[in-house]
Amino acid sequence: MADARVVSIWRGSKAIFWRDMRLIWRHRSDIVNPVVFYLIGITMLPLGIDASRQLLAAIAPGMLWIMAMLATLLSLDALFRSDFEDGSLIQFQLSDQPLYLTVLGKVFAYWLSTGLPLTLIAPILGLMLSLPADGYWALVFTLIPGTAVLALVGALGAALTVCLRSGGLVMTLIIMPLYLPVLIIGSSAVSNAVAGFGYQRELALLGAGLALALIIMPPAIAGALKISSNQ
Amino acid sequence: MAWQWFHRLGSPRWFYEKSNRWLTWLIPLTLVLLATGFIWGLAFAPIDAKQGNSYRIIFIHMPAAVVALAGYYVMAIAGGIGLIWRMKLPLMMMKSAAPVGAVLTALTLITGSLWGHPTWGTFWEWDARNIFMLILLFLYLGIVLLGSVYPSRDAADKACALLALVGTVNVPIIYKSVDWWYSLHQPASIKFTGESSIYSSMLYPLLISVLGYYCLFSLALILYTRHEILVREARTKWVKDLLPLHSKGGRSASL
Repeated sequence: MADARVVSIWRGSKAIFWRDMRLIWRHRSDIVNPVVFYLIGITMLPLGIDASRQLLAAIAPGMLWIMAMLATLLSLDALFRSDFEDGSLIQFQLSDQPLYLTVLGKVFAYWLSTGLPLTLIAPILGLMLSLPADGYWALVFTLIPGTAVLALVGALGAALTVCLRSGGLVMTLIIMPLYLPVLIIGSSAVSNAVAGFGYQRELALLGAGLALALIIMPPAIAGALKISSNQ
Repeated sequence: MAWQWFHRLGSPRWFYEKSNRWLTWLIPLTLVLLATGFIWGLAFAPIDAKQGNSYRIIFIHMPAAVVALAGYYVMAIAGGIGLIWRMKLPLMMMKSAAPVGAVLTALTLITGSLWGHPTWGTFWEWDARNIFMLILLFLYLGIVLLGSVYPSRDAADKACALLALVGTVNVPIIYKSVDWWYSLHQPASIKFTGESSIYSSMLYPLLISVLGYYCLFSLALILYTRHEILVREARTKWVKDLLPLHSKGGRSASL
């Protein structure tokens, strides 16, 4: 009887995705900020440690990954904040569409606007850190699934802390330990590539991590949103 | 009704009254086991051929590590039960398990670095197990922190339970990845005394210590949970009957 009002769930998540993309486009600085943070963070390194090419090349894989992780964490705080403040979050829960699909659409839009730009700028920053030539493709290929995992896991922290006044710091503290495997695998893939070894194993592990995160994180994030918006 | 025991677990009052009886034998059992394990291990077990007397800290160190890791799973499972069946008591147990586990993890790290100083020559080494215990401490502290910043107690419980559950999936991954990182970066420069190569005269006191630590964990968990029950149920009649002095003052019932 209500056939006219039934929306297919895929159309629903597509609508959420385009809504978020439009919102992000209207606040373009949200895309630029993490990238600028990444740039500034990497710039600080040679100044704070040592600008010799040898040392920079040695620490480049790990530093590029750590800074990408921090840039993700900083930008994730805003993921659900505006939806929480204007009440959209409650509307998402009231709608027919399962909340985890809404979450998936939002996280995908977020990743396109943060993870992807970070990945694309990483080779340039690698150049600044005189990353050896073999490392660039490994860096890009591992950052693509890596930042997606970071976004999915970090979104849980954002969802849990969206109702708190100083949520950003709390989120960082609870999420950082969970990021450790991605950091280890990602940076060792780049180091392996630099040393002349293959990095298919690391890439496969990151892909497996992404698959696992895609399965378990959206329902967990949806649960977290219900907890933090219904109190 | 086969499931009756399970539903009873949801009742804080039932737990409080039952645990009265458990405590009467759990406290002496814990003391006896720990005293036996420690005295046997610290005073009577033979000296290690390579490490001398300094190895004896293993009787305090290793059981703490084992129980600290197990404690994370106890916490997560309790949280999962509380989330799925919406029971109050498991959520209280989850909240109580976090500080106990954090203290045990910290104890492991402290005794480990004390042990490392004479044997490895350093208080801290970026060794796979060291890093893993440190990350475990961060995970525990994250739960304690999240529980303390939420304005409402209900939401805090559920949020912590959710975080603990997600952490459970991550703990084995962290363990493997740290192990893998270690094997990538450092060829075995430090040899551990393998557990299979331990003499039975050292193994038995160690096992008794492990049992003692498990009992200690349960004991601390029960005591913390009882405290939590009294705080949360302070308005109910049975708590007021139990603690007539406190409830008269009104606010002091929150003790």
